[in-house]
Amino acid sequence: MTNLIEIKGVTHAYQTPDGPLPVLDNLNVSVPEGEFAAVVGPSGCGKSTLTRLVAGLMKPDEGEVWLHGELVKTPRKTVGMAFQNPVLLEWRTIMDNVILPLEIVAPTMPRAKRRDRAMELLTLVGLDGFEDKRPSELSGGMRQRASLCRSIVHKPDVLIMDEPFGALDAFTREDLWQTMHALRAKEPFTAVLITHDLRESVYLGDQVIVLSGRPATTQYVLDVKYPGEGGERKLEGLYTPACSDMLAALREQIQIAQGRQPEPAVQS
Amino acid sequence: MRNVQKVGVPVAAIVLFLIVWELLVWANGWPNYVMASPSDLPEAYSRFWNLFLIGGWQTLWRTVLGLLLAVVCGTLLGMIMGFSRIARDGLYPLLVGFNAVPKATLVPVLALLFIGQHNFNTVMMAFLISFFPIAVSVGIGLSTLEPEYRDILRSLGASRFTIFRKIALPKTLPEFFGALKVSVTLAFIGTNLVEIISPHGRGLGALFLSGQTNSNYPLMFAVLIALAVLGILLYYAVVALERIFAGWAERPQS
Repeated sequence: MTNLIEIKGVTHAYQTPDGPLPVLDNLNVSVPEGEFAAVVGPSGCGKSTLTRLVAGLMKPDEGEVWLHGELVKTPRKTVGMAFQNPVLLEWRTIMDNVILPLEIVAPTMPRAKRRDRAMELLTLVGLDGFEDKRPSELSGGMRQRASLCRSIVHKPDVLIMDEPFGALDAFTREDLWQTMHALRAKEPFTAVLITHDLRESVYLGDQVIVLSGRPATTQYVLDVKYPGEGGERKLEGLYTPACSDMLAALREQIQIAQGRQPEPAVQS
Repeated sequence: MRNVQKVGVPVAAIVLFLIVWELLVWANGWPNYVMASPSDLPEAYSRFWNLFLIGGWQTLWRTVLGLLLAVVCGTLLGMIMGFSRIARDGLYPLLVGFNAVPKATLVPVLALLFIGQHNFNTVMMAFLISFFPIAVSVGIGLSTLEPEYRDILRSLGASRFTIFRKIALPKTLPEFFGALKVSVTLAFIGTNLVEIISPHGRGLGALFLSGQTNSNYPLMFAVLIALAVLGILLYYAVVALERIFAGWAERPQS
């Protein structure tokens, strides 16, 4: 199988008044087509820089980013982005917010078709009936749902998410995890998810990539073997021993990344 | 009920203001050459109504024209400052310094530069005094645009112009209208400054001056009230425009 996203030896430093600040150091990430990669790591280790590199919003000092076998130099229409802040446009209705990428990517697409496409996604995430509301009339979770719809309305190959659920309460977050799986079942895309939540990374990811402290390099890659049959991931699965082991392994890696000694495992 | 309140409350406030004014003059026993009272005004209006109409129109159109100029130039300046750090660093001290200069001192400068061009000078002054808030607010609105807003379109390969048109411009509208409300009243001050100071002026300012030279104090106060009414009208015209173009920024009251 070919890798849809291929990050090869990427090194990058920001220029600051105090001299260069290295954020990425020889980073390597491969995500096969259709897979979901969750990226975790200590705060400020350069995870957001990674999303901007994949989106083509900036170029690395060294190394290469490949999407679909093409070297990324500039932004491409086949990428969708979602952020922690839903960044909905307050002056547009939810419908018109979701349609926004189509106005750029498919300017000739008739309005009725755009609406149909947006409605399909809004229904899928449970926002049917809210399409004519303004973002300010929606709750945080609903806004983030709308933001997710917007990020995939143009059927991108790659969905890049920078902590999209970080600002939500625990229950809303779990709801959105399930929404994410529902979306993936209907809409094939390859995803990179930046997160601080280890349970989220295991529940959503096919692989979890642990980045080291700044400057970040790939420290550890966990192949998620989610418990349960038929490939459907249930939330209860998170509370099985198999998941606990994966979470423990990830936690240990994070502690190493933070430059701390891993705590001795608690004997039970 | 809501609408009755919306109109009724401000009208009641104005009536209350007039009553207090009348009572103050009456209680202090001020003659009308010291302080005119509201009851002196109807006579002034009925005697000089045609002058008020002509002067009011002259003041209004020159103010509006100056304001339109301020909107165009202020927005352009704001865009330049909003998009370029260098332009911002370079222009800010100049603009602040210019804004700090008392505009009355510019009246003779303009009068000498453009001798006899009374209309032009007046429009220029209305413009000069009112573009600053617009330039600053548009500049700040554009330069504080969160990078994520830009990124959602930039990541799709949208051009800078598209990002400006679809995101930066509409997002700056509430700030723009906030500044425009300040500029409306400033523009009136600019117009009247020229009308009052420059010889052979026109408009309500000139009418005020003739009231002064003729010691007709009720006329002077009548002019002030007329100016206030014009200011209120223009202000609410801006509010109406704001409702149309930036009504989304108003949160529903719970």
